[in-house]
Amino acid sequence: MTNLIRNIIRFIFFLLLQVFVLNKVPPLHQHIVPYLYFLFILWMPFNMNRLVLLLAGFAMGLSLDYFTNSPGLHAAACTLIAYLRPFLLNLLIPQDTTESSYAEPSIKSMGWAPYSLYIILLTFIHHFYLVLLELLHYGNFWYFLGKVTSITVISVLLIAITEILFFRKGRHKTNTA
Amino acid sequence: MKNIFIFIRRNFNFLCFIVLQVLCITMLTRYSKTHEAFFASAANEITGKINKQYSGFSSYFTLKETNRQLAEENARLRNMLKNNFVAPDSSRKFVTDSLTKDSTGRYRKFTFLLAEVVGNTVTSQTNYLMLERGSLQGVKKGMSVVSPQGIVGVVVTVSDNYSTVMSLLHRNSKVSAMLKKDKNAGSIDWDGSDPSYLTLKNISKSAKVAKGDTVLTSTYSANFPPNLPIGTVAGISSDPASNFYTLKIKTATDFFTLQYVYIVENSRYAEQARLESMSQKTND
Repeated sequence: MTNLIRNIIRFIFFLLLQVFVLNKVPPLHQHIVPYLYFLFILWMPFNMNRLVLLLAGFAMGLSLDYFTNSPGLHAAACTLIAYLRPFLLNLLIPQDTTESSYAEPSIKSMGWAPYSLYIILLTFIHHFYLVLLELLHYGNFWYFLGKVTSITVISVLLIAITEILFFRKGRHKTNTA
Repeated sequence: MKNIFIFIRRNFNFLCFIVLQVLCITMLTRYSKTHEAFFASAANEITGKINKQYSGFSSYFTLKETNRQLAEENARLRNMLKNNFVAPDSSRKFVTDSLTKDSTGRYRKFTFLLAEVVGNTVTSQTNYLMLERGSLQGVKKGMSVVSPQGIVGVVVTVSDNYSTVMSLLHRNSKVSAMLKKDKNAGSIDWDGSDPSYLTLKNISKSAKVAKGDTVLTSTYSANFPPNLPIGTVAGISSDPASNFYTLKIKTATDFFTLQYVYIVENSRYAEQARLESMSQKTND
């Protein structure tokens, strides 16, 4: 399975999961929406062209937006994390070893601590920007703080569960290309 | 000139990022003001088809509840049948002269159109419904949507076969309402917290409000037919600084289990809206 097909399947899977399962879950609390769809961007391969990464993030966000009737909201947050991702990866992984031998970010390719830091930081940035844009239309400061922290916690938990359920073997780049 | 090209080439990714962000934010602000997005009707058609597939499955889970609601509505309509009423005195006879009735020019103002709900949210701050009825079936922007139990929202975007409805549970929704008891009018909106409660503002303190009072759509509304149920008063709070009550309203419609709704066309909506915008212009 090539990278392209794998990522197209992931795109559709995460989109449908977000729209028809996670957005429909009876709310734990009226403000908490469990978000998982942006994991698509976090799981993109290391050697992805940065422009393609940006456009893929934009497409993912916009597709979700057309389902939730908020054109631009999720797309803005997704392009932000797609833009920041390469910088963060450069900081977190040792240049010479992993990037050259593994295909995509995972616990195995980056190690426990850097990978969790990578996930938590980008999840936080995504939610922060998303709720900030929402806040510009309505809402107040406490609503903002509460919502950002709660949905970040929920998302990180969901990602942890996903990582355990769908354990990805650290594929070597040489096998795919 | 050369330096500009070098600058663009060096920062190409950053510039793309900025362009995409600006695009997103323009779309977002334009949509929340006017509900007109780029490719809105094309996207509506696609998401509508996918939503339709999904609602085909999920409708089975609420069949019982839908059935109960329809049976209740049937009972209510049956009670309104003419042959349920008897003239009080048999010595007198009611004669309705059909000729004069016609020539007084009664006209039909509201038309009801059945629509299936194929998409619905209650969890976000801006909740929308998606209906499987569109411009080909005569749906237009601004039509009101009601359920068997009470009112639901207003149509905001229309594609060929699908339409999007801004539900009452939307931060920008506003509906003119009145108390059933003494016709005191105010406006209904939603504070974004609990999907089963709305807020009714601008009810004068001279009104005698009690918990459990029924709230109906007012006669001032351009898109909603008058006297449809909105909900019942669940809490009363009076602000000492103003002359108005703020009432907490339990919705009549159960937004969690909507299956079938009616789209209501007001045949004089365009005329009324035009007149309203004209009078606004003279005020400016």
